[in-house]
Amino acid sequence: MKNQRTRKGLATIAVIAMSSLGLAACADDSGDGGGGEVSGEAPGAGQAECAQLEQFGDLTGKEVSVYTSIIAPEDAVHKESYKVFEECTGATVAYEGSSEFEAQLVVRVQGGNAPDIAYIPQPGLLQTLVRDTDAVVEAPDPVSENVDEFFGEDWKSYGTVDDTFYAAPLGANVKSFVWYSPGQFEENGWEVPETWDDMLALSDDMVDAGVKPWCAGIESGDATGWPTTDWLEDAVLRDAGPDVYDQWVNHEIPFNDPAIVESLDRVGGILKNADYVNGGIGDVKSIATTAFQEGGLPILDGECGLHRQASFYAAQWPEGTDVSENGDVFAFYLPTTSDEFGTPVLGGGEFVAAFSDRTEVQAFQTYLSSDVWANEKAIATPGGWVSANTGLDIANLKSPIDQLSAEILQDPEAVFRFDGSDQMPGAVGAGSFWSEMTNWITGADTQTTLDNIEDSWPS
Amino acid sequence: MTTTTPTAPQAGLKTAPPKSASSAARESLSGRWASAAAIVIAIVWTLPTFGLLVSSFRPEGEVKTNGWWNALTDPQFTLDSYRQVISGADIDLATYMINSVVITIPAVLIPISLAVMAAYAFAWIPFKGRDTLFVAVFALQIVPIQVTMIPLLRLYVDPPFNLMPLAGNDAPGGGFYTVWLSHTIFALPLAIFLLHNFMREIPGELIESARVDGAGHVQIFSKIMLPLMTPAIAAFGIFQFLWVWNDLLVALVFAGGNPSVSPLTVRLAALAGQRGEDWHLLSAGAFVSLVVPLIVFLSLQRYFVRGLLAGSVKG
Amino acid sequence: MTSTDKLVQMAIAVVLFFAVTGLILVLTARLRSRNGERVQAAAFIAPSLLLIAVGLLYPAAGTIYQSFFGSSYQPILGGEGGNFVGLDNYRTIFTNGDLLQVLQNTALWVVLTPLVATTIGLVYAVLIDRSRFEKFAKALIFLPMAISLVGASIIWKFMYDYKGSDQDQIGVLNAMLKAVGFDTYRFLLTEPWNTLFLIVIIVWVQAGFAMTILSAAIKAIPDDIVEAAKLDGVNGLKLFRYITVPSIRPSLIVVLTTISITTLKVFDIVRTATGGQFGTSVLAYEFYVQSFRSFDFGLGAALATLIFVLVTPIVVYNIRQMRRLEAR
Repeated sequence: MKNQRTRKGLATIAVIAMSSLGLAACADDSGDGGGGEVSGEAPGAGQAECAQLEQFGDLTGKEVSVYTSIIAPEDAVHKESYKVFEECTGATVAYEGSSEFEAQLVVRVQGGNAPDIAYIPQPGLLQTLVRDTDAVVEAPDPVSENVDEFFGEDWKSYGTVDDTFYAAPLGANVKSFVWYSPGQFEENGWEVPETWDDMLALSDDMVDAGVKPWCAGIESGDATGWPTTDWLEDAVLRDAGPDVYDQWVNHEIPFNDPAIVESLDRVGGILKNADYVNGGIGDVKSIATTAFQEGGLPILDGECGLHRQASFYAAQWPEGTDVSENGDVFAFYLPTTSDEFGTPVLGGGEFVAAFSDRTEVQAFQTYLSSDVWANEKAIATPGGWVSANTGLDIANLKSPIDQLSAEILQDPEAVFRFDGSDQMPGAVGAGSFWSEMTNWITGADTQTTLDNIEDSWPS
Repeated sequence: MTTTTPTAPQAGLKTAPPKSASSAARESLSGRWASAAAIVIAIVWTLPTFGLLVSSFRPEGEVKTNGWWNALTDPQFTLDSYRQVISGADIDLATYMINSVVITIPAVLIPISLAVMAAYAFAWIPFKGRDTLFVAVFALQIVPIQVTMIPLLRLYVDPPFNLMPLAGNDAPGGGFYTVWLSHTIFALPLAIFLLHNFMREIPGELIESARVDGAGHVQIFSKIMLPLMTPAIAAFGIFQFLWVWNDLLVALVFAGGNPSVSPLTVRLAALAGQRGEDWHLLSAGAFVSLVVPLIVFLSLQRYFVRGLLAGSVKG
Repeated sequence: MTSTDKLVQMAIAVVLFFAVTGLILVLTARLRSRNGERVQAAAFIAPSLLLIAVGLLYPAAGTIYQSFFGSSYQPILGGEGGNFVGLDNYRTIFTNGDLLQVLQNTALWVVLTPLVATTIGLVYAVLIDRSRFEKFAKALIFLPMAISLVGASIIWKFMYDYKGSDQDQIGVLNAMLKAVGFDTYRFLLTEPWNTLFLIVIIVWVQAGFAMTILSAAIKAIPDDIVEAAKLDGVNGLKLFRYITVPSIRPSLIVVLTTISITTLKVFDIVRTATGGQFGTSVLAYEFYVQSFRSFDFGLGAALATLIFVLVTPIVVYNIRQMRRLEAR
């Protein structure tokens, strides 16, 4: 166990180093997509959107099974976006979404009944699967080329394990957002803050106006605590910068490094400040028992001013809520604490891992990594989806918040970092980090909290 | 006196209406206090479900912002949640319902039949090592389902001795066999244990006299034991039915990854989200899935009585 | 596959199954000798035993084996046997403060749940026995059984919902507290009482099980025993204490045992209601977390093995009771 964990850490560094050098894994371009047999002419040959898929030939009658954590109602638009693939190649896609995805995927892979393709939301899980099961198949060349063309090196590195590129990015989300009510801001003459200090000043103004400035909820069943980990990651990224952030995530500096203590105290200045929280819900402790889905809802009633949560929170507002710059609610970029590190952006996303190298599976991987799919998906989705794919035409996104997210993701000035807890070993990233941060909310002090997490890091 | 005395002809032969130990106890526990206690328990047990029922008819915004009891003073009702539950998917609810039925019926019948046979042997056929074996079976109840998932799936996908794989892309029967088999396996220890205990309560003289009359075990089993065991079998059948009907884990793992064989619970879990954020949909969905078990319970309740009557005649 | 296909598949499976069992019964029906009895016993037991051995014994053995290894999955057959760690996983369980708390909580669950659920089920079964509304009254208590554990936990989460005293309440219990002038209470967060409030959920579910089984047992008490006792002047609580309870003793033990074992295995409630936070985790849930979230199959297996060990006293007690009944 010990050896393995260390290797994982080292490997991640190696991976990042390699990918920043350009990762020449796709040097020999055979073009046929490896794996299976290619035969016949694709049904959609000649159509512009099928250009990339023609190389896989006629796949009529073939089926690709997809296993994901994306369940109703979001699954419908996913299936909708596969139509072009099905028309181009003749293959069909069998989609299965499950709320038990992470555990079930491991069970199925270990049990020898893996799906053809899985959308994995955590790079850490991808690493576990690659190293422990040997079942994940390397991404074919066309996919690798697509990722080189449409995604940054950072994104490619998150889908790479031990120097081998496995999984192309799929969707993405921006976590560095603060939700607010434009109407409430206008009424009170408040303005969207540009710096962290402005944000605190704004919070004080809200207190003076009789509004609890912040509301939050971190209850999330067996994942309770995760929103607080995002808070801390955002703060570390701003205070200490992306390099320290990477070291911290990869455990090259201890989890309880003084820099991290400072950042958590910064978060505590808001989340554990009885004057600031928990608007419309209760006191500081009520954060721990409020469902994350409900954490921001008091904004609608004017009982709370600000709620830090990812772009996907857009889906939580009740039906009929106008989510736009001049609507009922909107979000602004969580401001930085200094100019030193540019515009750091914390985010997340899914990766497409394949467990089979059949031709139709490779064709589908290729399709999902293309700009064609990204735009198809954007057109099919009424709102609440975005990708880091630079081939995505922002005009195709329907909701203002998605457009804002895409702008941030495609901004060359932005320093993007993937959610750290999703990259840490499961025992921390899906274990002690969540639970200790929950204890921190209910009363544990900063140093103890970080010490405990450091102790739980698999040695 | 009792008001629900069974009216079967045999019962009528008795001179005094039967009166059970507990009804006598209840009467003298001073009826008023007893009724009060029963009513309190019933209310406490019903209240949460009642709240769920009320919530299922309330508009989403109301459900999420104020308590369900507000609907009693300010009634705003809608069928929206039910509409969403019933028609909101690309596979219609009827298909899920049929899947649930197809999964449940064999997954109840098979383990119970096997268990009744095994329980009979453990209870009434003496053989060497019987007790040890029974204790072993009993002890295996404790194996959590999660522990068995990976090894069992491996066996289904890649069975030894070149047997036919039961799971995977070309699974026979659309992948149902693995689900039936798994449910059967998980149900057996408890079923054998419970039914064995019921069987031991049947007077030994009954079996002995039948043996003397020249009946073999198979005859005793089918002619005496099965009728006597009806209430116990019905009781266990109900529970097994509920476990299978409400199961999510086994279906998820062993249904072969095929959405078209998924039961109702998979649909419900997807609707309500893992953490129940769509409370209004969950409440409606819960009632949709509750209907069938409740009908089964209410209709099998009659069976208890009938089985008991059969018992009193033969005993 | 169409719905008709599925129903046909189901019919085939059921018919096939009963044909085979029927055949076994017919083939062994003629056997009368001592040897024949053995064959009969084998024919009755073998199918169940085979399934249990493959589906439960083999995985259980695998789990115990795994508990001596590190985090990666280690099957008995075909494993590399690389990362043997001896008793490390067990040492972790008994030295880690959080895991010790888990053990303590589990003990509380296993002791309280069967006792409370069985008592309520028994009392209720007696109270409503042969009353005018018996069927309806039974259905009320039985209702929670028909809801999945996840559903039940979500229902109760709404019962326990906490909002500050000056806010509108969604949870019934806090609304009641507020109505009578108390401050609202954090049912799921306040240690150590929150564990008790989680136990309430499983009691709510399991009481129906106890009630149904015990009610069937009570009805099976021969009427003449009761009549004889009454002629002797035994009445009321005494009748309950000296006639009813002893008569259904075997059923009581069955119910207690079954509920204890179910309780040890329940993980959905903790998972849905608190996610194991605020010091409420139990063994079964911790096993799930370690195996399928942290992907530490070794530690997970050690926790599962501990569940086996904990059940042993219950099994032993049952065996003793069984022996005593045999001797009677």
